[in-house]
Amino acid sequence: MAHHDTLNGAEILLKALVDQGVEVIFGYPGGAVLPIYDELFKQNRLRHVLVRHEQAAVHAAEGYARSTGKVGCVLVTSGPGATNAVTGLADAQCDSVPLVCLTGQVPTHLIGNDAFQEADITGITRPCTKHNYLVKNVNDLARTVHEAFHVARSGRPGPVLIDLPKDVIQSKGEYQPPSKVKSKYKPQVKGDIKAIEKAIEMIAHAKRPIFYVGGGVINSGPAACQLLTQFVRMTGYPCTLTLMGLGAFPGSDPLFLGMLGMHGTVEANMAMHDCDLMINIGARFDDRVTGKLDGFSPDSKKIHVDIDPSSINKNVVVDLAVVGDCAHVLEDMIKVWKAKQCRVNESALKAWWKQIDAWRGLKCLEFENSNKLIKPQYAIQRVYELTRHRNPYICTEVGQHQMWAAQYLKFDLPHHWLTSGGLGTMGYGLPSAMGVQMAHPEALVIDIAGEASIQMNIQEMATLVQHRLPVKIVILNNQYLGMVRQWQELIHGGRYAESHMDHHPDFVKLAEAFGAVGLRAEQPGQVDDVIKEMMAVDRPVIVEMRTDASENVFPMIMPGMAHNEMVLGPEDKSRDNPGSEEDGMVLV
Amino acid sequence: MIKNEEIQRHTIAVLVDNESGVLARVIGLFSGRGYNIESLTVAEVDATEKLSRITIVTSGTKMIIEQIKNQLRRLVPVYKVHDLTTEGPHVSRELALVKVTATGDKRVESLRIADIFRARAIDSTNESFVFEVVGATEKVDAFISLMAPLGLADVSRTGVVAIARGPNPI
Repeated sequence: MAHHDTLNGAEILLKALVDQGVEVIFGYPGGAVLPIYDELFKQNRLRHVLVRHEQAAVHAAEGYARSTGKVGCVLVTSGPGATNAVTGLADAQCDSVPLVCLTGQVPTHLIGNDAFQEADITGITRPCTKHNYLVKNVNDLARTVHEAFHVARSGRPGPVLIDLPKDVIQSKGEYQPPSKVKSKYKPQVKGDIKAIEKAIEMIAHAKRPIFYVGGGVINSGPAACQLLTQFVRMTGYPCTLTLMGLGAFPGSDPLFLGMLGMHGTVEANMAMHDCDLMINIGARFDDRVTGKLDGFSPDSKKIHVDIDPSSINKNVVVDLAVVGDCAHVLEDMIKVWKAKQCRVNESALKAWWKQIDAWRGLKCLEFENSNKLIKPQYAIQRVYELTRHRNPYICTEVGQHQMWAAQYLKFDLPHHWLTSGGLGTMGYGLPSAMGVQMAHPEALVIDIAGEASIQMNIQEMATLVQHRLPVKIVILNNQYLGMVRQWQELIHGGRYAESHMDHHPDFVKLAEAFGAVGLRAEQPGQVDDVIKEMMAVDRPVIVEMRTDASENVFPMIMPGMAHNEMVLGPEDKSRDNPGSEEDGMVLV
Repeated sequence: MIKNEEIQRHTIAVLVDNESGVLARVIGLFSGRGYNIESLTVAEVDATEKLSRITIVTSGTKMIIEQIKNQLRRLVPVYKVHDLTTEGPHVSRELALVKVTATGDKRVESLRIADIFRARAIDSTNESFVFEVVGATEKVDAFISLMAPLGLADVSRTGVVAIARGPNPI
């Protein structure tokens, strides 16, 4: 470190990123970050993916982070570059994705002067980041970067933003390696062993138990998913997963009841409603999961394992809370279970499974196929059947296609399902798939999209082509904002206000205009052919499937209703009694 | 959900890094999540460690108060969050500067009441006093309301500061 005082801020920054294990940066240059791009130009350890819009840079970093378990890295300029990144940061905050976003800023002496391309980005992003920093002195830079990565990946992960004034990255300063930096931020990872012992006692004595598992287990890592699978199988209890949790437990396991919640399966939601013990591991009782809180699993005891104490008793009061990292807590749970030689109540469990099998017998995901129109569910099923041997990474946009993908695709591995759960960001899928493909160049990466969502970040097709990222995009084109149309049909008297798009681009030509491959299926008989052709091409592909516009996602818990009040399909008359807005329950 | 649950008032002491933006984080948390702030005071209490202490008086149901504390603990520059209301006896004080503009009997009466409240006159002119009164919020409220008919002109209050009784720090 003899020459440390000869480094400028930009050099210090890149050195810190390398020391933090960064390999890829998703970004877009501009005036305030030019000194950083100048240093990037001179080195070859960090790769840079030039996106076409800053929002996409953040989603791409999310895709990279969620498919690898590493911290994603974003670099954008000041002002509009930074404000464009805000939606991505809010998305990462809602879904607990570890990111570090570097934003340029005007020189310190101009801050507050309404300078060109100035925005108070630490102010703007305070509520939508886990933490943020404004670096005012080059000698704080290395420490700040190291701390930012520590904060992003520790505890409940999340996005961290570092605002970098141009004069700070141009001035000379000292580098500090990560080993020299001590952060005071130390979230609790080990669960309280007394609480865990109590939990095991409750679990062993349950008669109608269910594991309700969320994205916290996936965030905790592959070890947590293995431990979860081991523990669930030891007990033989049923397990349901949230949208964010898909892949935490094998989708093909007979103990898996499918996803729960608004568009969850009958067996999952009914078992949640009727259980006597709910074992929540790494899920947060989101309103899309619970439905009407008054009617949510009224007769159960509830255990909640979560790394974030603020998730506990936020929406639902629980009987036992364990604050800690899912992997640590599950490991202790298994130890205690073995040490106490716990036995489940076999006869009660048998009766419980008999009840669950009766619900399963309703086959709530069955649909009437057609030989004239492509049913969206059929299209997704075929994608699954024809690609499963390659263990694809699946990204989605937001809407009906997203829910069908969650219902009909099965994930046996974690980190292979990437969707915008909390914020529900249309336009998430394509850039996120870009990030996944950067991290896994050989893998099959598919974005399942709607024709409306895809247009929110369609410009990234150019990025795919430029960086030779062979992402496959399957657009289910029903000419509608499908989920909006569904709610208008079911709740707003069939008045389809602004949910129909008269005009769409020709997606095949559009793909070709970007230098990618475009394919189209208009009849069910063509579906398999286009999927096979898509797989055979080693370039980015858009596959447009013209699907039945009238199809709705079922089962559905109407807003304001409880788990046992699902609407099963278009013929189900209970949909004529939509939920009330009483008791402060607002329909969202 | 438990409805119509009793609203409680709590005094919460928060130890934070004295860095720029930390107060905005705390206040933004309260406004963003719809919590109440009845009083908030902040000042540096440890210059070497650069720590500030924020005293917040807030109100809500038991569940909301728990949420407030947990959400505060989630902020990276927050070290300690202590609910003085639930953690045992504590003392709390507020200071107010109260300007009373009056002559004649009313002026004399204001002095007499100030004496009862052990308030000090820290500025005076021929037609005004500025009183400094220290005490629990209720005492300060009472003093101000007694001054109202006597020519109350202006009030400035610090908000509540509080500390646990006994030998232990938070």
